Amino acid sequence: MAASLPSSRSKVVTTLLVAPAGLFFLFLLILPLIVVIIYSFGARAEAGGYAPAFTFDNYANLPARGQAFINTLTLAPLGTLLTVLFAYPLAYFLAVKANERLRTLLLVLVIVPFWTSQLLRYYAWIMILGSKGIPSWLAWIGMTDVRIINTPWAVLIGAVYGFLPLMVLPIYVSLEKLDKRLLEASADLGADAPRTFWQVTLPLSLPGVATGSMLVFILLMGEYILPQLLGGGKVFFIGNALVDLFLQSRNWPFGAAVSTALVAIMFVTIAVYMRFVLSRGDTRRAALV
Amino acid sequence: MTKPAAIPDISFRGVSKRYGDVVAVDKVDLDLSKGSFVSLLGPSGCGKTTCLRMMAGFEQPSAGEVFIRGDNVTGVPAYRRPVNMVFQHYALFPHLNVADNVSYGLRQRSPRPPREGIAKAVDEALSMVRLSGYGARRIWELSGGQQQRVALARALINRPAVLLLDEPLAALDRKLRHDMQIELQNLQRNVGITFLLVTHDQEEALSMSDRVCIMKDGRLVQAGTPRELYDEPVNGYVADFVGKSNFFAGTAGQASDGLIKVALVDGMKTAGRASRSTAPPRQGDAVLVSVRPERIRLAAAERDLPNQIAFRAEAKVLNRIFLGEQTEYLVAHDRLGEFMVRSPRQGNQARAFEIGDRVAIGWPPDAALVLIKD
Repeated sequence: MAASLPSSRSKVVTTLLVAPAGLFFLFLLILPLIVVIIYSFGARAEAGGYAPAFTFDNYANLPARGQAFINTLTLAPLGTLLTVLFAYPLAYFLAVKANERLRTLLLVLVIVPFWTSQLLRYYAWIMILGSKGIPSWLAWIGMTDVRIINTPWAVLIGAVYGFLPLMVLPIYVSLEKLDKRLLEASADLGADAPRTFWQVTLPLSLPGVATGSMLVFILLMGEYILPQLLGGGKVFFIGNALVDLFLQSRNWPFGAAVSTALVAIMFVTIAVYMRFVLSRGDTRRAALV
Repeated sequence: MTKPAAIPDISFRGVSKRYGDVVAVDKVDLDLSKGSFVSLLGPSGCGKTTCLRMMAGFEQPSAGEVFIRGDNVTGVPAYRRPVNMVFQHYALFPHLNVADNVSYGLRQRSPRPPREGIAKAVDEALSMVRLSGYGARRIWELSGGQQQRVALARALINRPAVLLLDEPLAALDRKLRHDMQIELQNLQRNVGITFLLVTHDQEEALSMSDRVCIMKDGRLVQAGTPRELYDEPVNGYVADFVGKSNFFAGTAGQASDGLIKVALVDGMKTAGRASRSTAPPRQGDAVLVSVRPERIRLAAAERDLPNQIAFRAEAKVLNRIFLGEQTEYLVAHDRLGEFMVRSPRQGNQARAFEIGDRVAIGWPPDAALVLIKD
């Protein structure tokens, strides 16, 4: 029985290691999610809240909040894409071109905004994008009637600004660990610098892009403060709709249906995206070589 | 037999490379003749890898000029040079399969060759390195030896003017290394492309190449066939680096009949010949007398030594290593120190000496080379 002793002990250890996170997820994620799904088939009580029922009315009613879904499902992917486009050159500069000291300085600068509350930083952007900010400068050079605040553009600018560090860091890491000899090999085989970038650097940094995009996309899909402040209630996300449904109209079952739909859409999008990224040249395995 | 002087595949003319105050390569002149297998041999930090990188175009010389097949390519970047390299750790592209790695060079050409042409060339290149049917494999599915062969195929498919090999066998285990040495030689004969091998392994360099260039401290010390380097080294450094040798310090004396007299320590005297690769040392020069271990004769007593012996002395056997066809002795002389001696099994020395035996040692005059140090 000597052999079973270590294995039973390792089971105890495994249990102890997994238990805190497992209990956390069970009580604060799985169970609430089940409650939400149950609620989504219920009916609104007279004074608001939840009344037991079994109906698909809430799901049939989703198009009533169609604009929130459309806004979220266009601006979240667009914001992610824009963040990639801004983050990649910066990460590339940090990993490839910058010298040691400049790199450290810039990495710190990338992270510094995280030291201040997100709320405060968005308030600052309200000033910058508002009528006394950038539009007033544009008017000064002759471009009048430019409105940025409370438009989708303001939300996109806020998204790029807010999530840039989350995108830069994973891309930086994947570029940093890229074997520089592969670039020499590519040059040796006749590829100039741009071709080497497209054929070697970019494909091998895709895992970083995928990781960053996942982080940013998931956070943007559930965003509430950003559209609230920079969209001014005109560009509203599903998150804003949920606050409205749960706290203002107190239509919990409809809110639960919207929530369930959001979770379902996220699951599907992420699954499709991951499958697409991983199928492209086995980048995940490639990153391990 | 006189042949018209062909244009060398690669030439260095007074090439130097400096990094700040450090001189990595110092005024090197070098010609790689067409279809030859040349090694750049030297200890780490001798500048051999820098030379290779200047041929590939990853580095540009601080002074001097580089020619490829007669064209001055000084300053031309790597991607426009008709040479290809096998990297030390192969540097295969992990995101591409074997076929896409091998076809990489062809796909960079403009106009790009047709798809069928590329596929055919890849098949040929893979069969050349005995990896037919491996095209769809992933790089990480291959063993070290297979990755090495993919790297060779990826370079050779481009038909380069010169194939540059940067310590390609260093990462392989001993058995595989020996197989790859033979395979590289066969490959070189079959494709007829000039190979330049950079290595710190003198055995590898001597066994594989037609010509070996020995480098030290950024300078090219001697270039020649393995036999020339072994028999006619220009100085003590080369004699020491190529094969094993016994060295005795002394001062050059008068030369007569092609023999140079040398005064050794403690008033002992000997004589030897100068190397044919360089000017003989002048009278009064500090010299090293180099005697290869297999040229030293051992006998039970001085009268048993053959007649044509320039130097004879008594010594004591310190150690004996049986090597099969040869026996290696370590013997000590009172004043000259330790000698390494290799004796063949046959002949009148069939009898083995034991540790502690008193023996007579000697060598014929042409076995001793009188060399300047370096």
